[in-house]
Amino acid sequence: MTTEHPVLSTHGVSIRFGGHIAVNNVSCEFRPGTLTAIVGPNGAGKTTYFNLMSGQLSPTAGTVRLYGEDVTHLGAPQRTKRGIGRAFQLTNLFPNLTVLENVRLTVQSRAGLGLNMISMWGSHVELIEKAEHFLHVTALSERRHELAAALSHGDKRKLEIAILLALEPDIFMFDEPTAGMSVDEVPVVLDLIHHIKALGDKTILLVEHKMDVVRSLADRIIVLHNGYLVADGDPAEVMASPIVQEAYLGTGMADHV
Amino acid sequence: MIRTLLSRDLPRSRPLSAMLLVVLLGLMLAPFLVSGARSLNVAATICVFVVLVASYDLLLGYTGIVSFAHTMFYGIGAYGVGLALHGMGPSWWAVFVGTAGALSLSLVLALVIGLFSLRVRAIFYAMITLAVASAFSVVASQMSDFTGGEDGRTFKVPEILQPSFRLFDAEILGRVVDGKLITYYLVFFSALALFLFMLRIVNSPFGRVLQAIRENDFRAEALGYRTVIYRTLANCLGALIATLAGVLMALWLRYVGPKTMLSFEVMTDILLIVVIGGMGTIYGAVIGSALFILAQNYLQVLMAQASAAMSGIPFLANLFHPDRWLLWLGVLFVLSVYFFPTGIVGRLRIKALLRGRP
Repeated sequence: MTTEHPVLSTHGVSIRFGGHIAVNNVSCEFRPGTLTAIVGPNGAGKTTYFNLMSGQLSPTAGTVRLYGEDVTHLGAPQRTKRGIGRAFQLTNLFPNLTVLENVRLTVQSRAGLGLNMISMWGSHVELIEKAEHFLHVTALSERRHELAAALSHGDKRKLEIAILLALEPDIFMFDEPTAGMSVDEVPVVLDLIHHIKALGDKTILLVEHKMDVVRSLADRIIVLHNGYLVADGDPAEVMASPIVQEAYLGTGMADHV
Repeated sequence: MIRTLLSRDLPRSRPLSAMLLVVLLGLMLAPFLVSGARSLNVAATICVFVVLVASYDLLLGYTGIVSFAHTMFYGIGAYGVGLALHGMGPSWWAVFVGTAGALSLSLVLALVIGLFSLRVRAIFYAMITLAVASAFSVVASQMSDFTGGEDGRTFKVPEILQPSFRLFDAEILGRVVDGKLITYYLVFFSALALFLFMLRIVNSPFGRVLQAIRENDFRAEALGYRTVIYRTLANCLGALIATLAGVLMALWLRYVGPKTMLSFEVMTDILLIVVIGGMGTIYGAVIGSALFILAQNYLQVLMAQASAAMSGIPFLANLFHPDRWLLWLGVLFVLSVYFFPTGIVGRLRIKALLRGRP
C-alpha cells in the first residue's frame, strides 16, 4: 500500500560535533507501508541520523520534514505528538518506576492528560488497561509491578518496545531492538515488527546489525558509512553492491552479509 | 473517604500510619494538651514547616529540581502580609491584599527564574536560585524604611486573631477561646488543606509526569512531554505554596524579619527536614518537620537534664552540656542520613515495596 508522498524525509542533513561530521549531507525519503533497514559499521552515524529525525538533535545543516512540514527546529516532544515513535538502542527507561508505570506514562502522554493536576492517576482506569494491553503483547505482564531497573536486559529491551507501541506512532524507529537479547527472546520482538508491518500503513525504520533479520524484514536498505549515505535500494541489490561489500569487509562483518 | 482525601496514596506502612496519626492528633489537640506559649509556638511552627517542606519536596523529591530560592518565596509571603498589615492597619482586607500581592510577586519571580534557567543544567539552576535569593534577602534588609531592615516589623493582626480577643467567656476543656487559639486553628487547618492538596498534585497525572522527569527527562521528552513546561509549573506551584506558608507564619508570629523569614538557615532547615523525612514522599515532610522542630526546641532541655543527671561523671556531663545541642543535632542528622538514606518514610516503606505492592 505504498503511497506517493513520503511521511518523513531528510534533505541534506549534516551534523558536526567539533571537527567530526557524524552525518554528512544525507537526503532520504521514507514512505508508509515500507520497512527500511539502515545498516553500516559501528560509528557510521546510524543512531545520530535517528536522533536527527526524532528530534533529540538538531542538524547543523539541512532540513527534516514530517508530512511535508518542516520540523527541523521542533524538539522531540512536538515530533512525538506528530507521529514519530522511537525506541532507543541503549535502554532508556524510567528506572525507579514500575514497568506498568513506564508504559502508563506513555499512554497518558498520548491521551494528552499530562497537565491534569486535579484527578487521581489511578482513576483513569482506561489508561491503565491500555498499558496492560501493551505489556501483554510484549510478554511483560508478569513483571508489571517490578521496577524497570530490576529487569533483565532482555526484558528492558521488551519494555522499550512496549513503550514504543504505546506511543501508537505512524513512524516506528527501532534502534537495534534485538541487541543483547537471548536467542529465545528475539522471535518475540521480530514477530511484533512483522505484525506492525502487516498493518500496512506504518513507516518502519530499523537499525540492525544481524543480516538475517534485515533480509527477512526489509523492503529497502540504506547504508551509512562514515556519515555518508553510500547505498540505497532493494535489499538484494544493495547487499550485492561492491561498496557495501567493501564497507563491511573493512569492519569484519563480511561473514554476516 | 479517607482514601479520596489522601488521593489513594496511603502511608503503606503500619508504623508510618501510627506516626502520622500521632503527629496529626498531637497538632490538632495541641492547645489542649500543652500549656504555655512556647509549646503552642512549636506546634504552629511544625504546621507551617510541614507545608513549606512538602512544597520543597514537590521540587526536589518529585521533579528533581534543586532550588535554593524556597525561603525567598516563604519570605515574600510573610513580608507581604506583614507589611500590608503594618501599613494598612489590622483588617482582613489588608491580609487579603498582602497575600494576593505576595502570591503575584512569587508567581512572577518563579516564572522568570524558571523560564530563564530551567533550560540549563541542574547545577546552574541551583546557582541562579542561590544568587537571586541572596540578592532578595539583601534588598529586603536594605530597604529599612519599608521593611524594617534587620529588626523587621511587628504588626497587629485582625481583631479576631489578637491574643486579647475572647470569642466567649466560658472555657473549653480548661482553655479560654482567645485569638491565639483561633489563629492556631487557622494555621492548622490551612496547613492540613495545603498538605492534602499537595498529596493530590503528586498523585495526579501531572504529578506522575514530574516523577518521570526526575527519573529520565530525556525519555520524558521522547514520550511527548515538554519538560520545560512541567518544570516551570512545578516551580510555580512550589513557590506559591511556600508563599502561603509564609503568610501563615507571619499571622502566627505577628512579626516579620529577615532572620526568621529569609535567612539561609531556614533553607538549610528545609533541606535537612526533607532529607530526614524522605524525599519524594510528601509524608516525609510531616515526620521530618515534627522530629526536627521538636529536636530544635527541646534537645537543649533534654540535654540539660541528661547533663545534670551525669554531673558526677566529668567527661560525660561536659559532652551533654546544653550548649552542645547543635553538635548533637548534627550527629543525629549524619546518623539518620547514614542509616536511612531514603529518609524515615522511605525506610518504613521498604517492606511494603518488597511485598510487591505498587
